[in-house]
Amino acid sequence: MQFDSTLPIWLQLVTEFSRRIVVGLWPSGTKMPGVRGLAEELGVNPNTIQRALSELEREGLCRSERTSGRFVTEDTDRIDQLRAELAEGAADEFVSRARGVGLTRSQAQQLLTDRWDHHDHHRDDSPRPEGARDD
Amino acid sequence: MTTIATTAPGPREPEMTDPTPSTQPLIMTSGLTKTYGRTTALDSLDLELEGGRIIGLLGENGCGKTTLLKILAGVISDYTGEARIAGHRPGPQSKARVSFLPDTSFLPHGARARYCVELYGDFFEDFDAHKARELLRFFGLDESMRLKEMSKGMREKVQIALAMSRRAEVFLLDEPISGVDPAARQVILDGILSTFEEDSLLLISTHLIHDLEPILDSVVMMRHGSVVLAGEADDLRAAHGASLDDIFKETYR
Repeated sequence: MQFDSTLPIWLQLVTEFSRRIVVGLWPSGTKMPGVRGLAEELGVNPNTIQRALSELEREGLCRSERTSGRFVTEDTDRIDQLRAELAEGAADEFVSRARGVGLTRSQAQQLLTDRWDHHDHHRDDSPRPEGARDD
Repeated sequence: MTTIATTAPGPREPEMTDPTPSTQPLIMTSGLTKTYGRTTALDSLDLELEGGRIIGLLGENGCGKTTLLKILAGVISDYTGEARIAGHRPGPQSKARVSFLPDTSFLPHGARARYCVELYGDFFEDFDAHKARELLRFFGLDESMRLKEMSKGMREKVQIALAMSRRAEVFLLDEPISGVDPAARQVILDGILSTFEEDSLLLISTHLIHDLEPILDSVVMMRHGSVVLAGEADDLRAAHGASLDDIFKETYR
């Protein structure tokens, strides 16, 4: 992932990790990758990863077990709530930008409808079913 | 006094904090001064740096970065003021804990990489030859190649593989990625990140801040031999709404 170096990196990591939980890359109840592995994957300081994971923990999205590592919460209601929060944030951003270029509510709604399927071909981070093939 | 905290500043409320931390800073300088004739390279520098962190030592050419690293590494001894590494004055005891990567080549030009690994093993008790070979592989280097046959970037990688493979407490890297192309810089930084041990202190001097943004815990910006700005990388970004690179440019304008 690309970071915006004008914003605190740990906050960007919180958003990225939340997204991974919501889309099921890190499924509910499963063990999460370790700090070291994430630091290497993302090219980020391990302390920054740790800070983001502590925040996820504080928000009840994962829990640490002393010996066996860190696990995504089994509370699917909490994950649904997180999805709603992330979606709301994205919607707010869209609304503010649409307003910024002078769209009316109905124009914005129409635009959403028109563009909804446009992104289908570009999605690459939805988990693929087992044994999925490219052809 | 520039103090950089050892604990990752989390969003949690701080628990009962002891006003005098029991852990002493890994690196401490006080009134550290070094002159070359009429030129003052370090001007009464005060610094406290703690372990478990990757710290960027930033500044223009001639601001005193290299002089500071050389004093900490025990290479320069005619300074005034105090310098301590884990409580020790720079000397044999501190050198055993400090791995220093100078900004110039220090290896025999005609030697093969394999021989350099053996050489390091003879010099340093805490050297992990297995780790060094792994890093050389990670960097895509052939151990049987002679240094003089290598590009500048490849030689830099050999030196970094050696310096990072000591089980030291303090790593002092002087401009490890300057003079190396951007693709090689990333590989070098990935290699450094993968070998970083959680209790050690990594002090990296550079003027290429952009490349180091995501790996730094904190920064110390120097000018004319003293500290002009220091702090946690993410806190500085939040406070300035800018990247470290931009803050740096603003500071030195």
